[in-house]
Amino acid sequence: MPEKKIQISITVNGERHDLEVAAHETLLQLLRDQLDLTGTKKCCGEGECGACTVIMDGHTVNSCIILAAEADGSEVLTIEGLSEKGKPSALQTAFLDKGAVQCGFCTPGMIMAAHYLLMNNPNPTVDEIKEGLAGNLCRCTGYKKIVEAVRTVAEDGE
Amino acid sequence: MNTKIVGKSINRVGGQGRVLGTQRYVADVKLPNMLHTKLVHLDCAHARILSIDTSEALKVTGVHAILTGEDIPKPIPRFGPVYQDRPLLAVGTTQFHGEPIAIVAAETEHAAAVAGSLVKVEYEELPAIFSVAQALDPSAELVQDPDIRVDGPFKNTNILDEWHFGWGDVENCRADEVIENSYVFPIVTQFAIEPFAFLAEPTMDGITVYSAIQNPYILQRIIAAVLDMPLARVRIIAPDPGGGFGGKQHAKFEPLLAYFSLRLGRPLRLELTLEESNQVVRRAAAEVRVRSGFTSDGTLVFQDIESNYLIGAYVDIAARVVSKASYVAAGPYRVPSVRIVARAVLSHTTPSTAFRGFGVPQVNWGVESQFDAAAQKLGLDRVAIRMKNLPKRGEVFIPNNSPADGDWAESLQKAADAIGWDKPMREGCGRGIAMGMKMGATTAASYSIVRLHMDGSATVFAGTSDMGQGARTVFSQIASEELGVPVEKIVISMGDTTAVPFDLQTTASRSTVFMGNAILGACQEVKRQMKDIAAEHYGLLKDSIQVSPGIVHLPDGDRSFEQILQDRFGKVKGEVIGVGSARSELVKGHPMGGYPAYYEVICTATELEVDKETGETRITKMINVGDVGKALNPQHVEMQDEGAAVMGLGHSVMEHFILDDTGCVKNLGALDYRIPTIKDIPLELKTMHVENGDGPGPYGAKGCGEAGILAVAPSVGGAVEEATGVRIRELPLTPERIWTAMNNKEGKE
Repeated sequence: MPEKKIQISITVNGERHDLEVAAHETLLQLLRDQLDLTGTKKCCGEGECGACTVIMDGHTVNSCIILAAEADGSEVLTIEGLSEKGKPSALQTAFLDKGAVQCGFCTPGMIMAAHYLLMNNPNPTVDEIKEGLAGNLCRCTGYKKIVEAVRTVAEDGE
Repeated sequence: MNTKIVGKSINRVGGQGRVLGTQRYVADVKLPNMLHTKLVHLDCAHARILSIDTSEALKVTGVHAILTGEDIPKPIPRFGPVYQDRPLLAVGTTQFHGEPIAIVAAETEHAAAVAGSLVKVEYEELPAIFSVAQALDPSAELVQDPDIRVDGPFKNTNILDEWHFGWGDVENCRADEVIENSYVFPIVTQFAIEPFAFLAEPTMDGITVYSAIQNPYILQRIIAAVLDMPLARVRIIAPDPGGGFGGKQHAKFEPLLAYFSLRLGRPLRLELTLEESNQVVRRAAAEVRVRSGFTSDGTLVFQDIESNYLIGAYVDIAARVVSKASYVAAGPYRVPSVRIVARAVLSHTTPSTAFRGFGVPQVNWGVESQFDAAAQKLGLDRVAIRMKNLPKRGEVFIPNNSPADGDWAESLQKAADAIGWDKPMREGCGRGIAMGMKMGATTAASYSIVRLHMDGSATVFAGTSDMGQGARTVFSQIASEELGVPVEKIVISMGDTTAVPFDLQTTASRSTVFMGNAILGACQEVKRQMKDIAAEHYGLLKDSIQVSPGIVHLPDGDRSFEQILQDRFGKVKGEVIGVGSARSELVKGHPMGGYPAYYEVICTATELEVDKETGETRITKMINVGDVGKALNPQHVEMQDEGAAVMGLGHSVMEHFILDDTGCVKNLGALDYRIPTIKDIPLELKTMHVENGDGPGPYGAKGCGEAGILAVAPSVGGAVEEATGVRIRELPLTPERIWTAMNNKEGKE
């Protein structure tokens, strides 16, 4: 029996897409497989590690546990939408300058979570940064330099 | 030594793609016409397979084929880096929770998963062996069929191998205090954020396999053997791993995928879930008994160490892990008498493999904790007792092995000073300190090609895998320093066995030293050729020409490399190619097959507080001081040590696989297997280096990157003891364990 598809319309990084999705398809699969936006990563697949973090309608979500059909009509910002013409944002640059990137697999999700944090709290304390990024796992860095990177772009940062 | 770019903390080379989201990891690779695959496994640790019925699964739309062990000609191909014991698919029995019994290939990932769930397996669950005691019971079932074992005294036991090291005479030493304790290190897993993914594609030349693997050239050899192909026909493309930590050193399902793709004549892709990835690799658990003798002034007179490492159902690289860690089990100390017995014990569990520290954290947990116990008994300071027994640089502290290659006391002193060792401590708080030492690489074979192009840019070929440690960055710095080419004009080409010359492996913190030296050699060869070219082209005597980075000094003035190349090659064009290598051969008679090129030595000091109501620890301060020879990129060295320290905190206070009473892993996912989050890190985490330029690598560098994990647990254990008055000898030091120990103690008093 052929799979039943659902018609959705979704705006990703400012570009509208009309797509057919399967009922079981996640937003993460849509981004990675249909739109080839592979910057968003899959790790745990259960909303625990934050590698797939994107911003949907102004809030961070774990795209691995959002169904694509649920994202119908929404606006999504992914890591690819954070830079302009390949030029890294101040936050992305800070991650590089501060040494907050090693293997880089958690980095897109981490940066999206940090971007969201700064959108809502331009001047976070160290504790607020830790709270804001507590849902994003990194196995390489030991996190210290990630905190430093986010502090750098805070309004009263260095 | 004056350097221009070496020793500077330049940003990660290749970092931009990682922050932009454009870096391509193996799971991002798509091949035309590829099929998706899914592994089928049983939800038990050990079973006899009675029958596999794929008929329902094959009816799923989009399913192309299902391969079971029975479909593969016998004897089934087995593989492994040293022991060829792991079958492509389980045949007859499954040997650990998660061992695949079939693989489904379908048009979509979803169809493969649905079909995988419809494969009907009749099986009989068998009692599994998942502890050292069970495995060593004389009546225990043999985990491995003696037919696949190598000949030797242990062939008909569950001991894979047993090693005996030592010197002096531990039975006849005069010790004022003898301390004996047993320590337990749990099963933990690497938990790279990138789960495993593989692709295999039949090609005109043979086969191409994509794997985020640390050791592509070993994988190439294994696949060539399984498929009976010459090495040249097996191409491994190894995109930068999204974290390795040892877990991505060796072949996993690449041989199966390569075999299946050749049978189907189609490219195949396999992406594991995190839970599946956690069933693929792990660190060996260990039970370590240590008997230590000291004189009353704290001089160590003997160490008697017996370790049982619980390895998995297949060996992977575990035998080397156990033997290499055990050889240096007595640590970076001067010990007159040592006896070490170590066993690798097979079990029906996930194969254990390399994991940062390569077996040392397990035994160091016990051996370092003994110094604390001795200090307490003898009324000595924990820093002083360690200091007293550290060897001086150049001192042979393991007979017939490389002498101490650093001023290790400097690391200890610096860490003690930085943590404020002598400052008074609040109630409920404690400090701990420990040394860690890992033996560096013994054998090596790294080759590099450096191509200096006509526009003065350069391509450096290096078969190292950059899994986040920053190899590409450090290699760029070395080439830039030597050739005077700016880093922006250097490309490091890696991750393709067809294009890039051989490298033994990316392991043992070796790449800066060995590949670094190979690159250095290739750059020097380029410079030598530049001199030859200038001499020949301008008709000058070689002795009248000097070459420095980027510049050829001629009697009539300086020319840039670019000018020389333009003059020499003109419109027909050309380039200069330098080849370099760094080898370290097997040494006959040496128990490890060779002398370590360097030791990785570190001191970790920890300060923490323990909540008496909950048993929770809060790490307030952690200091790491590594002896690194020369930090070619200080920020990158710091990044390694910080990351390793927090990873060590994982196995110290929270991480462990929990097995149920049948040997199944209960906490496979990120929900239940907790690694440190950003909220778990020390409030203050400080990393310092000792740089005496005394390493064998370029500019005096030693290997680094693993040391940071070696001494965390004993340092935390010592701090918890000072804070609570209780000593717990089984990791991790979870709130539950600490709370229970504190309350038991209070109950008794």
